[in-house]
Amino acid sequence: MPLPMTATAPTATAALPAEWRDYFALTKPRVMSLVVFTGLCGLLAAPGHIHPVLGFAAVLCIALGAGGAGALNMWWEADIDAKMKRTAKRPLPQGRMRASDARDFGVALSVASVAVMGLAIHWLAAAILALSILYYAVVYTIWLKPRTPQNIVIGGGAGAFPPLIGWVAVTGEITAMPVLLFAVIFMWTPPHFWALALFVKTDYAKAGIPMLPVVAGETATRRQILAYAVLLLPVSLAPWLIGGTGAIYGLAALALSGAFVALALPVAFRTSAEGDRMAPEKRLFGFSILYLFALFTALVIDHYALGSAA
Amino acid sequence: MTPEEQEALKRARRGRNVALGLALLAFAALFYAITIVKMLD
Repeated sequence: MPLPMTATAPTATAALPAEWRDYFALTKPRVMSLVVFTGLCGLLAAPGHIHPVLGFAAVLCIALGAGGAGALNMWWEADIDAKMKRTAKRPLPQGRMRASDARDFGVALSVASVAVMGLAIHWLAAAILALSILYYAVVYTIWLKPRTPQNIVIGGGAGAFPPLIGWVAVTGEITAMPVLLFAVIFMWTPPHFWALALFVKTDYAKAGIPMLPVVAGETATRRQILAYAVLLLPVSLAPWLIGGTGAIYGLAALALSGAFVALALPVAFRTSAEGDRMAPEKRLFGFSILYLFALFTALVIDHYALGSAA
Repeated sequence: MTPEEQEALKRARRGRNVALGLALLAFAALFYAITIVKMLD
């Protein structure tokens, strides 16, 4: 049963004007690094050519859009962030910034990123970027996250857009390959976040966020982690199977997704005891980050080594 | 407001102004580069 929604527009008042570091923190730099990387890989692996300056501008727009969405997320969730150890030191819960400043910063970054992407690169890429920002800031943050334990599954779509945007920035059209890259990140997100949620579940429960371990319990979460890890295997192999990539990517996907399933197995079939260090869960979470970096690196290497992109 | 708070306020404002100035410069340079690339295309 979904827990009651706790997120409301924040009311924190700042004692002092925020520093530039606080604005930088609003953009969620660590999340942005993954967004920039997958967006860049989508751009590099796409067939066709884009001038390096325009390619740089496209990736910058993806980064700014993600930063804007991150700022809007922090603006909306300041009350929730204040209740969780992991997020309590963010600028808004700490009172280092006015809520309206965070909101305006997020809107400005979002609008600027979409406008520059449209004017300099391609309006289809700009439209997908706008959709991804709305998806994260509205569909995920405001609507799904406080209401359903499936928040991560559907909300994971927000993080899956960057390679699609990067690809479309080069080609100007949506084809099967960038959609499959979207699908890879979409399937990767639930086990990645649920592994994290298993070892920080106390925090989520305290903040009233209906993460799967809080609502459905550990056992159900562990089974679903394995289910998504198993599903990720064919999805990650699909770009190779449809002839969109060569063997370098295909073998990397096979090895990495196989390892993902292997690491998900011990997580799926155990129960945690009091004071459990949650080593298998932490191992899976750590590997999931490596997985995405390695898989997309293989995609780019494959493209340049074999010229195999569709 | 204590002198320490006033100093902190000035420092924060100066830092933000410098960051904003650098960001504007970077954007001007980026737009210049994009314009040149588009004109040569």
